[in-house]
Amino acid sequence: MNEILNISGVVMDFPTPKGPFTALNNINLKIAEGEFVSLIGHSGCGKSTVLNIVAGLHQATNGGVILNGKEVSEPGPERAVVFQNHSLLPWLTAYQNVELAVKQVFKNTKSKVEMQAWIKHNLNLVHMDHAMHKKPDELSGGMKQRVGIARALAMQPEILLMDEPFGALDALTRAHMQDTLMEIQNELRNTVIMITHDVDEAVLLSDRIVMMTNGPAATIGEILEINLARPRDRIALAEDTTYTKLRAAVLSFLYEKQRKIEPIAEHAKKKSEMKASNSAAA
Amino acid sequence: MIRNIFTTLQALVIPLIGMIVFIMLWSMAASNINTSLGKFPGPQAVLTQFSALYTEHKAERVKEKAFIQRQVERNAKRVAADPDYVPKMRAYTGKETFLDQIITSLVTVSCGFLLAALIAVPLGISIGLSKTLNTAFNPIIQIFKPVSPLAWLPLVTMVVSALYATPDPVVPKSFLNSMITVTLCCLWPMVINTSVGVASINIDLVNVSRVLRLPALKHVQKIVLPASIPMIFTGMRLSLGIAWMVLIAAEMLAQNPGLGKFVWDEFQNGSSDSLSRILAAVFVIGFIGFLLDQGMRQIQRLLSWDKSTASR
Repeated sequence: MNEILNISGVVMDFPTPKGPFTALNNINLKIAEGEFVSLIGHSGCGKSTVLNIVAGLHQATNGGVILNGKEVSEPGPERAVVFQNHSLLPWLTAYQNVELAVKQVFKNTKSKVEMQAWIKHNLNLVHMDHAMHKKPDELSGGMKQRVGIARALAMQPEILLMDEPFGALDALTRAHMQDTLMEIQNELRNTVIMITHDVDEAVLLSDRIVMMTNGPAATIGEILEINLARPRDRIALAEDTTYTKLRAAVLSFLYEKQRKIEPIAEHAKKKSEMKASNSAAA
Repeated sequence: MIRNIFTTLQALVIPLIGMIVFIMLWSMAASNINTSLGKFPGPQAVLTQFSALYTEHKAERVKEKAFIQRQVERNAKRVAADPDYVPKMRAYTGKETFLDQIITSLVTVSCGFLLAALIAVPLGISIGLSKTLNTAFNPIIQIFKPVSPLAWLPLVTMVVSALYATPDPVVPKSFLNSMITVTLCCLWPMVINTSVGVASINIDLVNVSRVLRLPALKHVQKIVLPASIPMIFTGMRLSLGIAWMVLIAAEMLAQNPGLGKFVWDEFQNGSSDSLSRILAAVFVIGFIGFLLDQGMRQIQRLLSWDKSTASR
């Protein structure tokens, strides 16, 4: 396996009036070419910060990221980002949104005709060729995110960074998008880092799941290899014992080892105990 | 279908009722106010003045034609008598009619507004993009924004007189005075709205631009400008409204040609028709102000991607 990305010793402090707040502490991760890695963890644990550091949108306080032997110091199209809320330019059509990226990335390498074909090819990949001349306002949430993915793919990135790409979508649309993404991955074998909240999504799509501990000073808790054969089928997997075990492992990490919310029964018990002691004091 | 007709009727009938009630109240109040120039004009008197003003305008044009005709004939005669004579044409020197004044005011306000927009939009964009510039300019803007045009006018007049001292001016000084005063007053809402629009661009869109490594100029052209177009137009509509109000005041005070001068001249004239002519001018000023705003709204609809702000 060919290592493409190396995150080493990354620490992230955010300045606050009360002194620096350590969001991330000592993140180390190596990713191989063509690997699909999911980052999972409770909200606020700094998953997005990790992604933003890899994207170059944030600068790590300590440590760094090396992509293909070069240190990451600023954002760039070789690390294309799919943002959570699509972030398409609302005044451009789907086609023009992809065009903006293609014109910028391939301005010296592709001719006008090649660019047109490339834009259409990428919109085709995400099944958006029928609505490519519509503006984002006229598209549904899922369709907007498809265009967002097409724009990122069209940059022909060395690594694709996805920040909860399907988080804002309803369950059915999300399943549909996951299928499209797997289909594209079968063809292109991109290296992907995806942030998600969704355990099923992580197991279904990933080669490895990186589970993060709760912040502050969040770090990588466990890494789970997903050795399920590809292409994967969500219906067949539902009965698969390996799948169920992997899913249970992630769930156990999130809800037992890194429990954020105390179970309701315990919470109620504590409350009644407090009440009792209060009334006793009175 | 029937419901539709009903709502259209409602949209037509209710404003009409409002108008009728207003006219009734106006004529009732007018007949009870006695000024030194006679009774305060009612609707009938104003209507009469509208047609009178138009008749005067046409009469003046006939006179102008005759004036030019006389000049041409005289010149022809002199050239016939003395072939070396180079004929001169003098412009008509009669007084400006109400319609002329309207056109002068419209030209002045457009020029003043355009000049302000040319300064305000680039300035607003730079202020919106740079925190340092914003901190530097903010106090200046905040102090100049509430200044009345009447305070600027003497300064502008003196500066224009000092700097624009050519024997053969391309545009009259009075035009420059009014125009620059308009510019100074309607600059600020555009600067403020543009800079707020630019500063409040969705961070994700800025990140898209960073990931694509768009050069600074392209970033402004492709991301910043389109994203802040709705706010820029909000500022422009505010500014144009201010520009029109400022212009009338400036023309009145400085005796620069235009609708403001018309109002002032009529006031000084003090005939029994003066008040009704002034009131006619008031309606015209209001109506033109309304049309200017509507025109701006149409341009906004045409240019802005955000149709929801354009419909307001």
